Amino acid sequence: MEISGWGNFPKIEAEMVSDAYFSNIQEIVSKSSQIIPNGLLRSYGDSALGKFCFSSAKLNRFLLFDKESGLLTVESGVSLLEINKIFIPQGWFLPVTPGTQFVTIGGAIASDVHGKNHHKVGTFGNFVKSIKLLLPNSQIVDCNTNEDSEIFKATIGGIGLTGIILQAQIMLIPITSPLIEQTTLKSENLDELFENFSKYNNTTYSVAWIDTFSNNSQLGKGLLFLGEHFNAKDKENKSIEIKKTSKITIPFNFPSKTLNPFFLRIFNYLYYSKEFKKEKKSLVYFDKFFYPLDAINHWNRIYGKNGFAQYQFVVPIDNSKKAIVKIYQIMRDFGQGSFLTVLKQFGDENGFYLSFPNNGFTLAMDFAINRKTLEMFDAFDKIILEYGGRLYLTKDSRMSNKFFHKTYEDKIDKFKEIKSKVDSNNKFNSLQSKRLAL
Amino acid sequence: MKDKKLANKRSCLILGGTSEIGLAIANKFAENGFDLILAARNYDEVQKNANNINLRFNVKTDALKMDILDVTSQNKLIDELQFLPDIVVFSIGLLDKGKTAEENFEIAKEIIDVNFTYSLNILNKFAALFEARKFGAIIGIGSVAGDRGRKSNYIYGSAKAAFATYLSGLRNRLFQSNVRVITVKPGFVQTKMVAHLDLPKIITASPEKIAKDVYKAFVHKKDIVYSLKFYKLLMLIVYHIPEILFKRINL
Repeated sequence: MEISGWGNFPKIEAEMVSDAYFSNIQEIVSKSSQIIPNGLLRSYGDSALGKFCFSSAKLNRFLLFDKESGLLTVESGVSLLEINKIFIPQGWFLPVTPGTQFVTIGGAIASDVHGKNHHKVGTFGNFVKSIKLLLPNSQIVDCNTNEDSEIFKATIGGIGLTGIILQAQIMLIPITSPLIEQTTLKSENLDELFENFSKYNNTTYSVAWIDTFSNNSQLGKGLLFLGEHFNAKDKENKSIEIKKTSKITIPFNFPSKTLNPFFLRIFNYLYYSKEFKKEKKSLVYFDKFFYPLDAINHWNRIYGKNGFAQYQFVVPIDNSKKAIVKIYQIMRDFGQGSFLTVLKQFGDENGFYLSFPNNGFTLAMDFAINRKTLEMFDAFDKIILEYGGRLYLTKDSRMSNKFFHKTYEDKIDKFKEIKSKVDSNNKFNSLQSKRLAL
Repeated sequence: MKDKKLANKRSCLILGGTSEIGLAIANKFAENGFDLILAARNYDEVQKNANNINLRFNVKTDALKMDILDVTSQNKLIDELQFLPDIVVFSIGLLDKGKTAEENFEIAKEIIDVNFTYSLNILNKFAALFEARKFGAIIGIGSVAGDRGRKSNYIYGSAKAAFATYLSGLRNRLFQSNVRVITVKPGFVQTKMVAHLDLPKIITASPEKIAKDVYKAFVHKKDIVYSLKFYKLLMLIVYHIPEILFKRINL
């Protein structure tokens, strides 16, 4: 079958197998010459793609939950959606969540995903207490910060290259309501937006949307979304109902000219203008706050059949503003605009070898794939390199081996050391790992 | 068994708690508020399945070990039950693959033992317990393969035919005791049992679809149900093809 990541680029003809029994999975791995595990294929690029894939689809059981501590043990194919559906009504929530619920636990670990609270609590990996991992030699190990800690640190953020994650223990956090108190702040330019980020650095959740088409003095015109878990004071509302939200489905790939600059400009203008006041407070359901795009099935189809790529970088805090201004300059030179541009301030880096977040600002932009955008990405890369930044492997489908090694310089050696220890034949590889010589 | 009275909540025992159809049925009953007991040979796996149902559906679950081909193990299962469940679902099956069962009696015997001989033994035990309690339901997963012998799987088919006849007799026997017996006849199901066959999608049901039909049959007090429904008509036709013609067909 033909598979691709969420960006629909690149595509590959692949054989997919799945199983729930450890002994069968061991046999699958020992018989294969090369393999890569994957889940819901929500990585954007080629990090979960290979000719022979182990799908976690059948590893989808909930195994244990400790109602005192919130420690949840699940198999790796369980999705965040399923966890939310079961545990939000019981008063528990994911400690860190990316912008979609259609992600498996295995995928969340392998990408070491981050959320709107990174500046406060760090990545998903910080809440993983242990991992049951099937190593490339088919041996099964339980790893955590004490036992096989180096394998643990290589596996979190290790994009599936250290083996198959079978089970994991995750610490959930207690909540009293499925509601989020949201504050929306308008900013007129980048300075104001950055000020707002630092002013509200103590707020649990924060993320900003930027109008891609405002330039020069207006660059950074956007909306900062802040959120706190709503504290339900009266405990009468013990059972928290999850409201069903209606869904829209994009039924087919849009013609590639749909997202032309004119359309994008209008969309961005309207999105900004829908907020009249400088500051707005509202109470919203968790899914509207955390997963706005999940309400549109197959939103990736709006980029057309050639697919799209998300360019997500992080640049250290002192260089962030300069880098963003330059990136915008390049985007304008190329006459391109991103449909959705998201800015977020990260907290400190963690000790997982290939983890992406780093103290600074991260910017994510979506572009339909074509020759021009690929050229533009190369131009972006030069800026990122110059300012000491790096790209998120989970979103990448095109960066060069050389660029990758320069930007992950300080982390890559340790990862490679562990990788060669557990997988000397490089059995676990993806299109991306081959491209990046990982 | 510790208590032969009814449990407080409605409860359902799945024999074959690691089979895909058995699990789908377990999920369906759990979704409708039943407590679940799962039994299977592989205790580790059935334990995981029981935990999964407990956490997903917030119902009580238990896992027990049982090897269908071991009468001692069957008896032990009944001893270990905390209470007598309202419903017993039998979803253990062994399919014959290709020519091996024709050539090898051991394989043929195992197919017949799993699908009929030993199934009969454990269901007899539950039938007696339910009969004494004057309440309960036995749901047996048969197969359309039992409706007519075809050269591709007639050994499995003949065991399933015997199983269906057994269930029919059991239904007749237990009717007066307020115990219901439901025979479910799936056609092609997308499970690992047939993963090696390339099946046409339109006549292939998912385990979830079978489970839905089973639950509906339970609620509506049906005796025999085909899943998919289309098989009822198909098997009616197949059943009535004269043998003189049928023997020439390549099925």
